[in-house]
Amino acid sequence: MEYSLRAYEYWLTVYRRVWRGTIMTSVLNPVLYLAAMGIGLGSIVKKQQLGLPYLDFVAPGLLAAVSMQVAAVESSFPVRGAIKWNRQYFAMLATPLRVGHLVAGHLLYVSTRVLVSVCLYLAALAAFGALHSWYAILTIPLSLLIGLAFAAPISALSAYADEEVFNPLFRFIVMPMFLFSGTFFPVTRIPHGLREIAYATPLWNGVDLARHLTLGGPTLWRSLAHVAYLLLWVVVGVWLARIAYRKKLVT
Amino acid sequence: MDALIHARGLTKQFGSITAVAGIDLDVTRGEAFGFLGPNGAGKSSTMRMIGCVSPPSGGTLRILGLDPVKDGSAIRGRLGVVPQADTLDNELTVKENLVIYGRYFGLSRADVRKRADELLEFVQLSERADSKVEPLSGGMKRRLTIARALVNDPEVLLLDEPTTGLDPQARHVVWDRLFRLKQRGVTLILTTHYMDEAEQLCDRLVVMDGGTIAAEGSPLELIREYSTREVVELRFAGEAPEIGEDAFGDLVQRVEVLPDRLLLYTDDGDALVPVAHERLHPQSVLVRRSTLEDVFLRLTGRTLVD
Repeated sequence: MEYSLRAYEYWLTVYRRVWRGTIMTSVLNPVLYLAAMGIGLGSIVKKQQLGLPYLDFVAPGLLAAVSMQVAAVESSFPVRGAIKWNRQYFAMLATPLRVGHLVAGHLLYVSTRVLVSVCLYLAALAAFGALHSWYAILTIPLSLLIGLAFAAPISALSAYADEEVFNPLFRFIVMPMFLFSGTFFPVTRIPHGLREIAYATPLWNGVDLARHLTLGGPTLWRSLAHVAYLLLWVVVGVWLARIAYRKKLVT
Repeated sequence: MDALIHARGLTKQFGSITAVAGIDLDVTRGEAFGFLGPNGAGKSSTMRMIGCVSPPSGGTLRILGLDPVKDGSAIRGRLGVVPQADTLDNELTVKENLVIYGRYFGLSRADVRKRADELLEFVQLSERADSKVEPLSGGMKRRLTIARALVNDPEVLLLDEPTTGLDPQARHVVWDRLFRLKQRGVTLILTTHYMDEAEQLCDRLVVMDGGTIAAEGSPLELIREYSTREVVELRFAGEAPEIGEDAFGDLVQRVEVLPDRLLLYTDDGDALVPVAHERLHPQSVLVRRSTLEDVFLRLTGRTLVD
């Protein structure tokens, strides 16, 4: 763990130089979405359709989506760069650090980024009056879990494949997931066949749980199933990341 | 046994390609040891195995008495590595690069800051401490990489082509620093393409070719064993005439025919010059001492390998 913290410190050092630029994407964007969708679009969505104000519906969905987006961005180009451009991972491996520490240090950093973004976003939600339950506090650890469920497999991909993979990744996987995983409308509106795909995404599992938490009344078994499914993505992702890192860095 | 590096039958394979084909090595404490060889000779692969970042495919390797496969992390804590391609973070400042690297070794923040200032002084980069790495010249980056490799006060410094791509001034600064480290008792292990670098810095060296060690010894020993005392270079206006190895009897040990030149390897240049003049009528004649370059070309050939 101590060694992983040393790798983590590198990412923090880099982040200290660029944090201003990330505020826009990780905090302002979701708040703008919230204002446009929750309040703007929400004002023409009839309450009876969902049984609750649209703002309350979309707010937890965006929280989960923010966790995904921050994690995906921080696990793509930065990881590729540490292997291919500034080659900092090679520098780390010339010291007592090992591959496992590199993976863990990076995931710790992604966790930090997700946590900060989500806390700021939650503050905005509270200000908009979109939080209705003390369970909402649990969305903080949940956002970490969602973030890692994306960060781990994406960092494996970033280590393994060339940067050409990022365009399709964001265009055909992250973006559609953002739109169709229950973030903006219930997945029950999606026709059968496609709906099952939505259920299988880690984002839907995160969105559904986040929604139950901010609106109150999560059921134990359903929540545990979501958590277990997200954990599965984390565990398999970390396993793949360690393999991919080792393949690229220890030859 | 005081061998810092001990290798027997050390092998490295990448799929069906054999990069290092069973080499034996012993490097002792305080020594400056060099690997010479053309591209693809296996120098860098060997260095990466010694640096504990590349597991050997076969043979024995002990570094500081430890097994790099089992104790890689502990060994790396006592090595300093200057890799062939820089691994500096261009977005961070000179000092940040040093500090973060020191932190990888577990140095405290206060210690590493102090150490960074000393090292920047040592490599003459103090004025650039707060500048980003990006705009630095190649020589400055190289010096920073050397400073970084010293942050943990290593017992052994591994340098993979430390001065490739540098201008003569920058090379001399690097040599000077390396020489000082050697005087302080740091064991240096380096690879190089430059014969003058090898002659300047190395107590002992090996010439690698095709993954094996072709020759081993001090620069002087190698010249004595694989070349003659002097070389007479004859230059011709057109093509150099074809002559046999024994054209000059005992006076010439070896003849090399190049497109417009003849190289005559001899122990007595002064005696050879008038004879050669009379027999071959060259356009110009040059007598020089044999160098490591002659040894190198003799052992590894003149043809390009990449």
